Amino acid sequence: MGERTGERLTFWGGVRDCIPTLLGYWSIGFAAGVVGATEGLNVLEVGLMSTFLYAGSAQFIVAAMVGTGSTIASIIATVFFINLRHLLLSAAVAPYFRQYSAKKNFLLGAQLTDETFGVAISRLSITAEGRDKWMLGLNITAQVNWIVATLIGAWLGMSLANPEQFGLKFALPAMFAGLVVQSLLHRKQLRQDMIVAGSAIVYFVLAFLWFPSHVAVIIAAVAAAITGMAVERWR
Amino acid sequence: MEISSEFIWLLIGVSLATLIPRVLPMVLFSRINMPGWLLAFLRYVPIAVMTALLAQSVLTEDEAWIPVQDNLNLLALVPTLLAAVLTRSLLITVLTGIGAMFLLQWL
Repeated sequence: MGERTGERLTFWGGVRDCIPTLLGYWSIGFAAGVVGATEGLNVLEVGLMSTFLYAGSAQFIVAAMVGTGSTIASIIATVFFINLRHLLLSAAVAPYFRQYSAKKNFLLGAQLTDETFGVAISRLSITAEGRDKWMLGLNITAQVNWIVATLIGAWLGMSLANPEQFGLKFALPAMFAGLVVQSLLHRKQLRQDMIVAGSAIVYFVLAFLWFPSHVAVIIAAVAAAITGMAVERWR
Repeated sequence: MEISSEFIWLLIGVSLATLIPRVLPMVLFSRINMPGWLLAFLRYVPIAVMTALLAQSVLTEDEAWIPVQDNLNLLALVPTLLAAVLTRSLLITVLTGIGAMFLLQWL
């Protein structure tokens, strides 16, 4: 009694534990599909991005940068930079998968997202058996729903003639605004995060005086993250 | 539907750029220890990137500033931010933004 060793996790348990996050995948995925289509990607391209890139904010960024005609190298650099945070998520779940092979960990890590990370970290325990199968069920459910939602969004975005007239061009800034507000409110360090966010705007405005906008974004983001580090250290 | 070779290179590039940070710590598990300054830096990266992108998408278009007096984005941003703070739902935030822009374009 009381000791929960040997809890058996299953593939279908992972599928079930994914369900509460699905509304989030559908809404963001739908929006990502619409934005992808309005910025010039076709349905097949959106589907390929959802299959191989599989990262919500990065897919918005790809759409935005394709829309502004950025170079491939600068899009890749920006995506690499924004997805560096996965290092943190992956490092945080790694202890739960230590006993599995490198190949298995590669497959399980390849589908790691902010949402699946959140579910995994709150559900997994080191004593439970079948963590690999459970994680696979969680991962596959999340990505299948993501792909379907983005495809529906892209299809709708493409079938509207002249989507700007419906205000759809603002979907992208609205999405970024929502993501900024969510991460500001989610973390318990509003003052520091506000400084980082505020400085990112100032740095962008300054950098855009001399650099193209996609380069200015990278400069502003690096400078703002360094500002956050500095504030944290010398406070 | 056509796929250009340019798109394929883009797809490979962004996919690898995302895959590597996703799998590396899980594959190497405890063998790497990131220095504290790097962890602190990485913690601020998402909010820094998102805000910079917000600034870009609101203030500029086709590599030029949108003149502030003509910038409907800034007006639409007000109800959008309000919706984000009040509902904390991305879907409602995006719908509010689109709706606000739709109304502003017809005023």
